[in-house]
Amino acid sequence: MCLSIPSRVVEIDENNYATVDTMGVKRKVTLDLIAEEVNVGDYVLIHVGFAMNKISKEHAEDSIAAYNEIAEAMRDGEISDEEGNSNYV
Amino acid sequence: MSEVEVDLIEGFRNPEHMKALAALIKKECTSKINIMEVCGGHTHTIMKFGLSQILPDFIEFVHGPGCPVCIMPKERIDHAIALASMPNTILATLGDMIRVPGSKTSLQKLRAEGKDIRSLYSPLDVIKIAKENPDKNVVFFAIGFETTTPMSAVLVQQAIEQNLSNIFFHINHVTVPEAVDAIMSGGDAKIDAFLGPSHVSVITGFKIYEPIAETYHTPVVVSGFEPTDVMESVLRIVRQMNEGKSVVENEYARAVSREGNLKAQELVDTYFEQREHFRWRGIGDIPMSALKLRPKFSAFDAEIVFDEILPKTELNDHKMCICGDILKGKAKPFDCKVFGKACTPSNPMGSCMVSSEGACAAYFKYGKLNLKGAKA
Ligand code: SF4
Ligand code: SF4
Repeated sequence: MCLSIPSRVVEIDENNYATVDTMGVKRKVTLDLIAEEVNVGDYVLIHVGFAMNKISKEHAEDSIAAYNEIAEAMRDGEISDEEGNSNYV
Repeated sequence: MSEVEVDLIEGFRNPEHMKALAALIKKECTSKINIMEVCGGHTHTIMKFGLSQILPDFIEFVHGPGCPVCIMPKERIDHAIALASMPNTILATLGDMIRVPGSKTSLQKLRAEGKDIRSLYSPLDVIKIAKENPDKNVVFFAIGFETTTPMSAVLVQQAIEQNLSNIFFHINHVTVPEAVDAIMSGGDAKIDAFLGPSHVSVITGFKIYEPIAETYHTPVVVSGFEPTDVMESVLRIVRQMNEGKSVVENEYARAVSREGNLKAQELVDTYFEQREHFRWRGIGDIPMSALKLRPKFSAFDAEIVFDEILPKTELNDHKMCICGDILKGKAKPFDCKVFGKACTPSNPMGSCMVSSEGACAAYFKYGKLNLKGAKA
């Protein structure tokens, strides 16, 4: 499922690919769908390898705090995590 | 209520928020409301966190056609199978698509027989595959709603820019408003309000639901995927109903605007145009409800380049499978006679059981939490 966790841009290369950090997990995504300028430190919403749009810093930090709590609850076994593949609605 | 409620509410970032929302909804909701969640992601949240259990009986969730795997008619899967069976070919697609049964076999079975079929994490990988295999045909079986269409547009653009002549696209991109319209104009789906899809709306903007809210007098609230998002959206729906309003509201303002991502919309418009017809599995033909490549790009269009080998017969589901009624909001998975018996996620008869975002799969996995559905 697309949990829409905001990812922070940590690096941008010359091919318009960004390395993003999603709650500690690093991966590469393309910025080809974003019209505005994206800078290191900005937050973006990722879906299957594409950044879909920018997210304001305060909103992003809010959501990340939320997911941290959920992740913690999962670690403590209060919520189970057995996600399947997402189907990209 | 039950033990389940306590379990669910504990462990959340803001249990007070969840409880407060549930209490408000209970207090303010005074008559039955059928809410369709169009998007499979919401179905998943509702089932996984047992939201219908926390909410009053007045709130009934009805699952819509919001999963691109579930709505794929068998003949399109047979296309994928025919394409993957060509010599010297790699077929790539996303998600659970490879598990869905076509008329005779599935992509997964074909892969076990040695065909090169790949399930990708990101559509971008298809460009890499095409570059690494210049002597092979690479076919991308593109699926998805408005969210993934711009991504396919980027792929076509990259194929052109990089002079790739061995990549072909089989386009199965479908659009939400036309499907919702088809369900509502039929008149027999009893839907009072909609939860608007999240990621579709990030791309399209929430303006696309305005005609629906107006025509059918149904509130539409675009909602994020967290349980608290869905609860808050339900509260907004209840309030609209109480006030006799039917407008589009945006609960997911942290990612969605009225206009959406204009660059993405432009890319889609550059490479795609509307298809006159697309047959949705279970729902049937819906005019203008899908996209195809513009004729300018027909050299990349697998449906044109490989037309000769593509089967043309339209195929319906197994007679026992009621996915169609489920997608139209007329039935629940528990109403299906073979649910959980002849049809399970490991041996699915219909794609609502294959797709992890499918209503049947979600009910199978999380059904215990949602016994209200069993009574319905
Ligand atoms: S349980 Fe299986 S056969 Fe029945 S509606 Fe769902 S997918 Fe179709
Ligand atoms: S599983 Fe079936 S009913 Fe549920 S969202 Fe997907 S297509 Fe729709």
